[in-house]
Amino acid sequence: MSWAAVVALVGVAAGATAIAAEIPLSERKSGYDFMGPDTRTMQDDDTTNPGMLWVLDGEALWKRKAGTANKSCADCHGDAGTSMKGVAARYPAFDAGRGRPIDLEQRVNICRADRQQATPLPFEGKELLALTAYIGRQSRGMPIETVNDERTKPFIEAGRDLFNRRQGQLNLSCAQCHDDNWGQKLAGAPVPQGHATGYPLYRLEWQSLGSLQRRLRNCIVGMRAEPYAFGAPEYVDLELYLMWRARGMKVETPAVRP
Amino acid sequence: MARALINVPAKAKRGEIIEIKTLIQHEMETGFRVGTNGQVIPRDIITDFICKYNGEEIFRAELHPAISANPFFTFFTVATESGTISFEWSGDNGFAVSETATITVE
Repeated sequence: MSWAAVVALVGVAAGATAIAAEIPLSERKSGYDFMGPDTRTMQDDDTTNPGMLWVLDGEALWKRKAGTANKSCADCHGDAGTSMKGVAARYPAFDAGRGRPIDLEQRVNICRADRQQATPLPFEGKELLALTAYIGRQSRGMPIETVNDERTKPFIEAGRDLFNRRQGQLNLSCAQCHDDNWGQKLAGAPVPQGHATGYPLYRLEWQSLGSLQRRLRNCIVGMRAEPYAFGAPEYVDLELYLMWRARGMKVETPAVRP
Repeated sequence: MARALINVPAKAKRGEIIEIKTLIQHEMETGFRVGTNGQVIPRDIITDFICKYNGEEIFRAELHPAISANPFFTFFTVATESGTISFEWSGDNGFAVSETATITVE
């Protein structure tokens, strides 16, 4: 058998068993790069970006006293423009008290429970979206800096496993669309690479701001799998993996997506 | 109160065509959707938007249930004189919001 034939056979074998290959760092693109010029303009201008309505609400909430401690976020953290700069770029982050990573929504609610002694804000409620959008806005343009150390590594790996795991009646994994087939069309819309750079973001289809967990829930329902409950550790592991996968890319919060 | 975002150029040359952009926070509940309890969610929309330039109406829109949440309007006018550009939104359940912006025309 000639060398050419061996190479060809190996090539066929590799093609047949191809599994999700991660996107090289230099070839990564934000969902922004897949959008039309109108939607990009909408995101870029703070007076046309509807996400800014939530950011303004978040600014007011930041200063509002809450709970039996009668404290506002600002009473501890001061000016969000300095204290929250870069925070969203490194979340989800490891929480020593809980022994696992937590996302920004959980961080806000832990602060509410422990510091403000107030009831936690419901997931996808206007207030939690507003606060996370306001905090996220302070990191806009900064590179994502997810920590991958001995504490977070097992959770990043768990998120990676979930990303590559086939699930649901369609027997699909996240990676089959977002690693293997990005740039192709799904029902006329481009399949993006799935980098979570702009959450919470305004989705024109939702006519509202929504969190990354809402987006993940959409995808999981789309695979016809059973979604996890909001705040489930599986979602946080997946969020952590996605942010690590998007490391170095710029935060766009509040982004606009079709 | 609903938040509104207004974009009017702070300065313009006399006779210049300027773009005005407005975005307002509103659910625009159509009145056709059914809630989890099987009951129709009552209509709650903005019905009218009016823009005035120094008191003179320059743009008006009637809104209907098919218009998206957080309606965005952009339109053009000619910068004629310095003064105030006012915006008024009104709608169901007594919804009423007004905003103003100032412009200097040289």
